[in-house]
Amino acid sequence: MRPPVIACEQLSVDLGGVRVLDGVTFSVGEGDFLGLVGPNGGGKTTLLRVILGLENASAGSVRVFGGQPGSFPGRIGYVPQRLFFDREFPISVRDLVLMGRLSKKKLFQHYNALDRRRVDEAIHAAGLERLIERRIGDLSGGELQRALIARALAGEPELLLLDEPTASIDPQMKTTIYDLIEQLKERLTIVLVTHDTELITRYVTKVATLHVKLDLHEPGSTSGREGFTGTLVQNPFF
Amino acid sequence: MLQEIFAFEFMRNALLAALLSSVACGIIGTYVVVKKIGFISGGIAHTAFGGIGLGYYLGINPLLGVIPFSLAAALAIGLLSKKAKVAEDTAIGTFWAVGMAFGVICIGLKPGYAPDLFSYLFGNILTVPSFDLWMIMLLDLLIIAVVWLLSKEFLAISFDEEYAAVSGLKTTALYLLMLCLIALTVVVMVRVVGIVMVIALLTIPAAIARMLSHSLPGMMIRAVALSALFSICGLWLSCLLDIASGATIILVAGFFFLLAHTWRFVRLLPGVLPG
Repeated sequence: MRPPVIACEQLSVDLGGVRVLDGVTFSVGEGDFLGLVGPNGGGKTTLLRVILGLENASAGSVRVFGGQPGSFPGRIGYVPQRLFFDREFPISVRDLVLMGRLSKKKLFQHYNALDRRRVDEAIHAAGLERLIERRIGDLSGGELQRALIARALAGEPELLLLDEPTASIDPQMKTTIYDLIEQLKERLTIVLVTHDTELITRYVTKVATLHVKLDLHEPGSTSGREGFTGTLVQNPFF
Repeated sequence: MLQEIFAFEFMRNALLAALLSSVACGIIGTYVVVKKIGFISGGIAHTAFGGIGLGYYLGINPLLGVIPFSLAAALAIGLLSKKAKVAEDTAIGTFWAVGMAFGVICIGLKPGYAPDLFSYLFGNILTVPSFDLWMIMLLDLLIIAVVWLLSKEFLAISFDEEYAAVSGLKTTALYLLMLCLIALTVVVMVRVVGIVMVIALLTIPAAIARMLSHSLPGMMIRAVALSALFSICGLWLSCLLDIASGATIILVAGFFFLLAHTWRFVRLLPGVLPG
């Protein structure tokens, strides 16, 4: 059997002397769609950062694709929080999405025809063809969010990590972003951090609440996926 | 009048220095502005005064003293703030003053009066020797080559350093390299506007260019053009009025900066006011 895409075992993380994650154990298999909910400061973003290799575990272990976090950058697509960006930055949607093709193997080279084709495909998937030359500062919140998702898709990832993709976006745009993510879940493993508890239960296959400790909830309707059993299980910790 | 001006070698050199330094200034200034590292750049520039003092003390061309000194300052400030958990502004402030203090001591140790010291602090484009012009041109070529080879990586660490790291790029190494290019740009600018005022010419043309640009290469080209415009205008005015050239260039740049922002404010005004 292939290793799970993400496997956390008794993971704890301390940041500046504060325990942000404590004894977190869960795994995400191929094709899963995990929704991570929880209060602000509950450690959701930290958990994503650990999976990405940006933050280290203080105790316990994390394996991503069977290896150390950060070992397979090309297999992970990351969509950070949109609100952190400098909207005045002179960059077009195309150049933003091209960043998804970065890799250390291509140091000193310019983007090639394949890179540009993948970018066009990602922009098409996100429905941004009309806006491809637009400066990001002229996009709406929802459009910028879709551009950031397109950037992650351009790298042809197997695992997609999304951090609050619908934060402060109006309800109508939220639905279009969830529809986009819904299409992607057919071919990708997804971890989604969000506040929209009600909305995501319609889309995800697993929900976990994270408040320093993690509680995993798995609905039983997804038979056929590995490790899923019976009715809603609370706090299984395997 | 133009013919008269070009009859003198020092005027031709001054004009060449203005144009050549604008190249480095516009390209690197673009990164300084979009990555918001103006204070670091100021720190590197002022630390470089230690190099001028050292070069003066050893009796070599002070620009040759500045190159290793400003590169060392760039690496030290960058490493201290990234790795040693020293607050960035503390690291910058310390180097800023210590570098200048070192320069002052070196100059004091050398017997005699240091007549051209003022020109390193505040620039004197009218006294650029041919050797320095060649050096500025070489540094320009080096800067263009590195930026051309690493344009997508530099764009990535400027816009979203975390994403660059997630993509597997060595972001700290790239950042240190970017600071080294800033250090070399400082060397280029010393003759034109001097150490104290480098930061204005690194930021003002690029800041105005950003208002007009949709991409980093576009912003660089506009910043180079604006920098050349300000330098030549300043040079011409300083000759006309017989005032300090470096300071005049900075005042011209500052004037255009105000003008650009006033224009932007006025353009946005109808949206702000009711009715």
